[in-house]
Amino acid sequence: MKAIGLILAGGNSSRMKELTYRRAVAAMPVAGHYRAIDFALSNMTNSHIHKVAVLTQYSSRSLNEHLNSSKWWDFGRKQGGLSVFTPTITRDNGYWYRGTADAIYQNLDYLRRSHEPYVILAGGDAVYKLNYNDVLDYHIQKQADITVVCKTLKPDEDPTRFGTVKMDENMRIWELEEKPVVATSNTVSAGIYVVRRRMLIEMIEKCAEEGRYDFVTDILIRYRNLKKIYGYKIHDYWSNISTVEAYYQTNMDFLKEEVRNYFFKEHPDVYSKVSDLPPAKYNQGAYVRNCLIGSGSIINGSLENSVLFKKVYVGERCVIRNSIILNDVYLGDNVYIENCIVESRNTIQSNMRYVGENGVKVVMEKNERYAL
Amino acid sequence: MVKKEIIAMLLAGGQGSRLGVLTDKVAKPAVAFGGKYRIIDFPLSNCINSDIDTVGVLTQYQPLRLHTHIGIGIPWDLDKNIGGVTILPPYEKIGDSEWYTGTANAIYQNLDYMELFDPDYVLILSGDHIYKMDYLSMLNFHKANKADITIATMPVPEDEAKRFGIVVADDDGRITEFQEKPKVPKSNLASMGIYIFSFKVLKESLLALSKEPGCDFGKHIIPYCHGKGQRLFAYQFNGYWKDVGTLRSYWEANMELIDLVPDFNLYEEFWKIYTGGIFIPPQFIGDSAIIEKSIIGNGCNIYGEVHNSVIGAGVIVGKGAVICDSILMNDVEIGQGSKVFRSILAENVKVGSGTILGQGTEDLNKEKPDIYNFGLCTIGEKSVIPDGVIIGKNTVVCGITDVEDYPDKVLQSGETLIKAGDKL
Repeated sequence: MKAIGLILAGGNSSRMKELTYRRAVAAMPVAGHYRAIDFALSNMTNSHIHKVAVLTQYSSRSLNEHLNSSKWWDFGRKQGGLSVFTPTITRDNGYWYRGTADAIYQNLDYLRRSHEPYVILAGGDAVYKLNYNDVLDYHIQKQADITVVCKTLKPDEDPTRFGTVKMDENMRIWELEEKPVVATSNTVSAGIYVVRRRMLIEMIEKCAEEGRYDFVTDILIRYRNLKKIYGYKIHDYWSNISTVEAYYQTNMDFLKEEVRNYFFKEHPDVYSKVSDLPPAKYNQGAYVRNCLIGSGSIINGSLENSVLFKKVYVGERCVIRNSIILNDVYLGDNVYIENCIVESRNTIQSNMRYVGENGVKVVMEKNERYAL
Repeated sequence: MVKKEIIAMLLAGGQGSRLGVLTDKVAKPAVAFGGKYRIIDFPLSNCINSDIDTVGVLTQYQPLRLHTHIGIGIPWDLDKNIGGVTILPPYEKIGDSEWYTGTANAIYQNLDYMELFDPDYVLILSGDHIYKMDYLSMLNFHKANKADITIATMPVPEDEAKRFGIVVADDDGRITEFQEKPKVPKSNLASMGIYIFSFKVLKESLLALSKEPGCDFGKHIIPYCHGKGQRLFAYQFNGYWKDVGTLRSYWEANMELIDLVPDFNLYEEFWKIYTGGIFIPPQFIGDSAIIEKSIIGNGCNIYGEVHNSVIGAGVIVGKGAVICDSILMNDVEIGQGSKVFRSILAENVKVGSGTILGQGTEDLNKEKPDIYNFGLCTIGEKSVIPDGVIIGKNTVVCGITDVEDYPDKVLQSGETLIKAGDKL
């Protein structure tokens, strides 16, 4: 137990548009049965990190509901366990989290009272498997002050929505740019950091004194020449979901056998909250090809190249193509959907047609669910 | 001061030998059901849904899977500080230790457990049935009638009444007579094997009959209490209730779940059924798959055809394979181009490629025609079936088999192939 985990799951993303109207990015459903934060939480528990805090403030109801027990990820209760910290009004503070560094500052007592020498900082908006202990070992071996987990993007991926990094042959990071207008490197920060607990406390306190609130711009970038910042490169699957396009693509990636095998079959497992739904049911007239189907769904229509989440009802003669249908959606008979993301708990009336013409369309209807 | 108004005692120690090889390695309550569940999930979920939070589960026959499935009761919210679920296996004592020799004997041996909770009432359940029932409404009936014992009953068609224990009651529901598998039934109310006892009455009768060999509720305790003139009442239950004690009824109950709107509906929000050992990933339906009238569990990979079947979690159906009218339990693998008709495949069965199950004449099973019948092909857990063989109807296969075990690559209808023993 060398480290505690901090998951910064506070934010929304304007680039997720309507999808984050109702929930934080970390609570976005992913790959049929999961939510985004399950990946970071499972990595924590699989790295034997038993004490984890999730810092959250934006539309946190779904996230809080999801994190209602530490049992789903096998965190203990006595030796740390899982905590969720939302901002609270205290004698000294009446603000929401004004940034990532401020979020940590407002919970600095949690860090002070821990005894583990290191802290793993991670976001809740990426889909990946990583043993944080490997990063920690690397951090110790490099005698780094801060280690940043980095991923080199493929040529067709856009680095400008991330923080880009440049490092020397020793993997020391000298240049960091947050969401650059023009990217000069296609290696980006994955938003996962390892740092010594005492050093983090020191830096966060200093930051607060100076009235600065952001971990990346006010600590990483500001201190890049003063502190020894090293990069740890990951080569396996890693995908950040925080734009509509990336979210769509990440889900569609799970239709590839190698991605499914990597996450669903290979050790270690990814865990999630148990939903107590019956198995999926296929009635007469169902036609399903190349789809991921969640439990509790009832299918009467035809589906192709799509991801259905949990408890979706697909009416007769429906045609769904290249789409993502989130949890608890009811599709009446004869509905046509192509290239869309249908927001959860939607009720789509019969004979409706939705097609994403230029890119993916997000469907949000406010129909009342009629008695079935 | 610990006090529970009602506690449940769940009898889960029986083998259920009429399920044949399905219960070779597991007790009947741990047999998989409906693509996700195990039979014991139904009474356990009924308990917590009925607000009964103290359940003793009595185990004896092959208890490992049952014990790991129940654990500390997390899936049913039965991990309580006071009460919750407790596994009660037989134990050694000073003097004459014995196994559980009968249903009532098992309860008798756990009097100490029951007394921990100072209960007013004890609900006796068995782990053999598929149903959703509100035990509290039965308890209210028990209290309203100031009953000593209430027996849950349900109406059955007259011609079927001969197979059951029949309860004859007067207009107020008070029981006047019992008939065990009668030729001429005097009533259509069959006992469901679910009892509520006032604890004092239960304790007195268990102590009085403690020396009775194989002490059983139906055979000894109920007649004893009836003979003493105690107040026995019949509570009538009118919902879905299915005994899955035979391969035929087990197969039928599974198949009923596939109906467009099944009699027993697992998709309702109300009265959820909970289960343990969760396998989380969603299922993947491949490019060449055809699925119709089936239910399919989590984490399956389906590349072939599935018609009218119940498929458990983690099953792989290869390309070109066809599954019809069958039950595949968790982690079964079906090789490419194999065909499975009207079969029950227990957990972790591996079927090779180009194999056919359940095809042939209607010959009766030669060894156990009363168990392996109804045209079913039954495969025991962890069995291996080689490539390219044909297995007939009313057959049973268990163990790791290879081509040499099948004369001319065929196991004729009515044959039995059991290869016992552990292998590396």
